[in-house]
Amino acid sequence: MNQLLKKISWMTLLIPVISVILGLLCGAIIMWATGYDPLLAYSSIVQSIFLQPYYAGETIRAMIPLVLSGLAVAFAFRTGLFNIGVEGQLMAGWFASVACAIGFDSLPKFILLPLSILAGAVAGGLWGLIPGFLKARFKVHEVISTIMMNYISLYTTSYLIKTFLFTQGERTPTIPPAASLASNFLANLTQGSRLHWGFIVAILAVIAMWFILWRTTMGFELRSVGFSQDASQYAGMNVSRNIILSMTISGIFAGLAGAMEGLGTYQYMMINATFTGIGFNGIAVALLGLNTPIGVVLSGALFAGLQTGGLTMQSVAGVPIELIQIIIALIIFFVGSGYVVQWAWGRFMGRRHKA
Amino acid sequence: MSFFEVLCIIVPSTLLTAAPLIFTSLGGVFTERSGVVNIGLEGLMSVGAFTAAVATLALEHSGFGAFSPWLAILIAGVAGGIFSLIHAVVSISFRADQTVSGVALNFLAAGLTIFLVKLIYNGGGQTPYIENNIDKINIPLLSKIPIIGPIFFQQVTYTSYLAILAAFVCWYVIFKTPFGLRLRSVGEHPAAADTLGINVIRMRYIGVVLSGIFGGIGGAVYLVTITSNYNVSTIAGQGFLALAALVFGKWHPFGALGASLFFGFAQSLSITSQQIPYLDQLPSVYLLIAPYVLTLIVLTGFVGRAVAPKADGLPYIKGQR
Repeated sequence: MNQLLKKISWMTLLIPVISVILGLLCGAIIMWATGYDPLLAYSSIVQSIFLQPYYAGETIRAMIPLVLSGLAVAFAFRTGLFNIGVEGQLMAGWFASVACAIGFDSLPKFILLPLSILAGAVAGGLWGLIPGFLKARFKVHEVISTIMMNYISLYTTSYLIKTFLFTQGERTPTIPPAASLASNFLANLTQGSRLHWGFIVAILAVIAMWFILWRTTMGFELRSVGFSQDASQYAGMNVSRNIILSMTISGIFAGLAGAMEGLGTYQYMMINATFTGIGFNGIAVALLGLNTPIGVVLSGALFAGLQTGGLTMQSVAGVPIELIQIIIALIIFFVGSGYVVQWAWGRFMGRRHKA
Repeated sequence: MSFFEVLCIIVPSTLLTAAPLIFTSLGGVFTERSGVVNIGLEGLMSVGAFTAAVATLALEHSGFGAFSPWLAILIAGVAGGIFSLIHAVVSISFRADQTVSGVALNFLAAGLTIFLVKLIYNGGGQTPYIENNIDKINIPLLSKIPIIGPIFFQQVTYTSYLAILAAFVCWYVIFKTPFGLRLRSVGEHPAAADTLGINVIRMRYIGVVLSGIFGGIGGAVYLVTITSNYNVSTIAGQGFLALAALVFGKWHPFGALGASLFFGFAQSLSITSQQIPYLDQLPSVYLLIAPYVLTLIVLTGFVGRAVAPKADGLPYIKGQR
């Protein structure tokens, strides 16, 4: 029994690794087939993010919202919920944090900055609470309701910006320095990248997810509901409450991701015609990270690296940056098909397959 | 402006914006009735729109003229069908989570189409504009009918009527043929269907591929009637709107048709409301979010319960209880 458990956990760790390798391999084949140089492309990515401080800084910068939205998806997954609504929660959080920063611009930094971050978290949490409530009370499937909430958020935030906070360049005014996470120190350190203090928030969030889920009674209940709603109900847990709670906390993580973009990376919010893509990438990050805090950090680093390195790849090897999106999509397919990867691996190693 | 004149603006533009939604949501009916959730409708529309743009440009070039967009729609249907096979293989045979696979499908479609656009058109982020799009026309004879003619048959495209016709065909296929009965049984209770000798896996493959074909056609119709070129933002939410229409229409072809028309109506109002008295006072955001809010309300059961096929979203594993 013990040995079997070991084998399974070893296998589950192997699937993401195999998936990434397969994804990169397919990417290489696509490049080769379309007349690009895969070696040059990949080496340019590696070189830029490991050897050039600017790209290293941008990678960590891109990691901040990716990790947070990955945590959001992973947290809901642990309760058996699929939060596709990170994108909408992120936008709600982004808008709320920027609006709060501009609205209370006379406050000192030590109040305004935490307040703005909190505003983002609350807005994201509310945006997650609604689908959670609909699921708990009316059994509305969260996949459908969060997709609907995404679009409501997209159109509502752009309407609110147009009506109340509009300035030149189809965006809100820049937030006051007192609410900014940007830092000259970090920028200088990385030769002018947009790296900001938000990475501390991301680290705290990673710890928070681990602590809540594995070190509190609340987390035990949340995970228990994820394993079996019926058993949890029978054990006297309030399933509905846990569903709402899980979606709300998930939304808070997503709202924080938005706040990081608003207070850190951009210092404003633009009118978005389409989604930012960060929330959808968060699904990939969570899946690849096996819905664990550490896994989310690792896969967040991988995707952030691919995306910032992709810019260098485009200029050095001439490969359109969309290739990165293709690779990410393929990685999700492979991770999702874990069952077959496992089966094929079993065949490959000449062992008998056990489901 | 009289009410009649308002109708003459709104109805044709509703028909125009609804057509792609109708096709795509009908595709959604097939796949979800067979028990496979398809979040990837958006991606399938992207593939359809991309293929339609490339095919129309190529056909124009080789002298097909006004036939090019029509042929392109068919080619796009095939392309959508082939592309949806990825979702079918991953979610049916490999038993991956259907939502995960659908999300990945959207990713792949968005990345792949723009990648190919850049490859084919030398690095540009968009295709050239097609010359032969399917234009709004006055339908001969029918448009001469008093009152009805100007509302329903002037400044419309044939694709809108084909879409409505397709809804009736789908209804017949799903509810009046043995094939439709098998498709629905596989989505409701695959194990029972299997014991009766229905090939569950095959039926689900057919369901998904049909959604690909319809989604591809939907995207193509959107391209040849509305946008005329393909770029990153061509298909921005149309597929998810079609998904909403499918749910709002309670997984029924006529429901999907009605919901698509209604969503098309809301969308076209958000564009044309500036010309219409009273409505120009209303911020367009209300019209933009109306479809999504209404879908949420329908799902809560206040307006008649919307129930998905019972086995929707569950992979079928032989022998598993």
